[in-house]
Amino acid sequence: MKQFVSILAVLLIAGTAYAATEGEYDLPHNDVGDTDSLQRGARYFVNYCLGCHSAEYVRYSRVAEDLGIPEDQLVENLMFTGEQPFDTMTNSMQPEDADRWFGVVPPDMSLLARSRGTDYIYSFLRGFYASPDRPTGVDNTVLPGTAMPHVLWELQGVPNAIFTTDAAGNEHFEQFERGVPGQLSAEEFDGVVRDIVNFLDYISEPMQLERQALGIRVIAFLLVFLVLAYLLKKEIWKDVK
Amino acid sequence: MATRQSEVVERVGRNFNALTDWIDARFPMTKLIKEHATEYYASKNFNVWYGFGVLATVVLVMQIVTGIFLTMNYKPASADAFASVEYIMRDVEWGWLIRYLHSTGASAFFIVVYLHMFRGLLYGSYKKPRELVWLIGMVIYLCLMGEAFFGYLLPWGNMSYWGAQVIVSLFGAVPVIGEGIAEWLRGDFYISDITLNRFFAFHVIAVPLMLVLLVAVHIMALHEVGSNNPDGIEIKEHKDANGKPIDGVAFHPYHTSKDLVIILVFFIIFAAVVFFAPEMGGYFLEHANFEPANSLVTPEHIAPVWYFTPFYSILKAVPDKLLGVVLMGSSVMLPVFLPWLDRCRVKSIRYRSGVYKFALFAFAVSFIVLGYIGLQPPTPEYTLMARLFASVYFAFFLLMPFYTANEKTKPVPTRVTK
Repeated sequence: MKQFVSILAVLLIAGTAYAATEGEYDLPHNDVGDTDSLQRGARYFVNYCLGCHSAEYVRYSRVAEDLGIPEDQLVENLMFTGEQPFDTMTNSMQPEDADRWFGVVPPDMSLLARSRGTDYIYSFLRGFYASPDRPTGVDNTVLPGTAMPHVLWELQGVPNAIFTTDAAGNEHFEQFERGVPGQLSAEEFDGVVRDIVNFLDYISEPMQLERQALGIRVIAFLLVFLVLAYLLKKEIWKDVK
Repeated sequence: MATRQSEVVERVGRNFNALTDWIDARFPMTKLIKEHATEYYASKNFNVWYGFGVLATVVLVMQIVTGIFLTMNYKPASADAFASVEYIMRDVEWGWLIRYLHSTGASAFFIVVYLHMFRGLLYGSYKKPRELVWLIGMVIYLCLMGEAFFGYLLPWGNMSYWGAQVIVSLFGAVPVIGEGIAEWLRGDFYISDITLNRFFAFHVIAVPLMLVLLVAVHIMALHEVGSNNPDGIEIKEHKDANGKPIDGVAFHPYHTSKDLVIILVFFIIFAAVVFFAPEMGGYFLEHANFEPANSLVTPEHIAPVWYFTPFYSILKAVPDKLLGVVLMGSSVMLPVFLPWLDRCRVKSIRYRSGVYKFALFAFAVSFIVLGYIGLQPPTPEYTLMARLFASVYFAFFLLMPFYTANEKTKPVPTRVTK
């Protein structure tokens, strides 16, 4: 019986390990506990992203509270179009216009980190390269044919991508090479993207730090309760032979 | 001073007894407590496998309580459902906790129920005189599957939408009337606001009501025949002078105190998931479900939640849709017939033959492998494996009357062992 269960357990663990294969995207190694990074990320987000991408479930006031931003600074630095602090992060782009301009409505960013993963966003934002025959002048290694222009080009510049062609005639992305230079070095740019990803990670689940902090206390309580319950059980069962 | 205190205690005790008598004259309260707790005797040698029944009850209560609070803020309309779930997650006080308890509870329910059912296979709990306990349990399991399916549409994420679309369309495989049935279930030509509204009705009232009633019937049937034990012997056959089973101990306080320990261990594991991995790597909350339902864009890979994937694999492994649906339905229903498929008199695996031990092991492996394959995007290798392990799954049940007919069993003790 014991053997039986242990063999099953080993198989399950082996199966899970086999299932956990390596990801195809670069990991951002962001930290939602890093408030400075989140504040920078919030600034980049409202400056570079919010014009097209809403975060319709996220309230300015919640962001300010969680990120330790005083209200006057919130209004001055993050709110540009006369919203109230309790408003959600929407923009004034009409879906019909967006469809006409880009051929697609830019998706809402509230939950992107949960639906696509932080690694996907991190790689996508670092995946633009010059492609003169595209309407936006750029294409993306993560999402080929994306309608999104390279919004961060001033910072990163526009790299060129080198592709190799295999025997079957398929093109495979090899590496980036320096193209049009930007204001930032490659490391600095990665840092900017990491901050944006960090902010998106935070807004996708604003209570995640609170959740983990509470979890430690709940489990500590349950462990103490477990000791008492075990002693009670032993006391009650002591006469049972 | 001391006398006055004892007088007060005595007076309170007298009043309490008077109240109990008053109720007992009108409702069998004391009788019920005795029958189901303080004088219900269950074997003293229960191992951890016997904890999953009480855990299933605990999870049921938790799902009902968290469900009530979710209902207070959830809106069952296609235009509002997704946003109302995010409202619960972000703006409702403790909403995120209630929602994670409920979503993790759904998976936990199936984990404990699958282990509870496997306990039945290990120790022959479905055999005479407990056939009805097993059958009622199977009806509970079918209700639970319905409950989970209806509930999964409610967040109105894209996986909710397409998952429901795929499952309902399975009814379309029925010849002639299939499309009509699918349309009748949806109330529309596709999964729509109307479907969401009726699934909400099923999820919050119809099925839970049946579940609660059936669980009560399951426990009443169990207490009528008495619990099985890891030795698979009837403790009622050896009673002391007072008519109590010698190897039994009262459910309360013995088993309740033991169950409390089991419940707390379960809660610790459960809390670890709720607080540190509520998505469980995309298995409890699927990534594609964080995008709202979109009838124009399918998720990259549509798969049901993990607890349905063993059966879903069987569906996918069959090239013909109707045959696939029939085989999938049979794979769910076959355990119903266990009391009559298993011809061995010995209940517990402790005293059964190596043949049965091997068959049960092969069955458990096939269930897990089918579940794993069901989560993966289809490849020819996986389809081949699914066919192989589906055959093992069916063979376990269909060949059972033959390999259990003349089993070489070990001698069964007359009294329970450790």
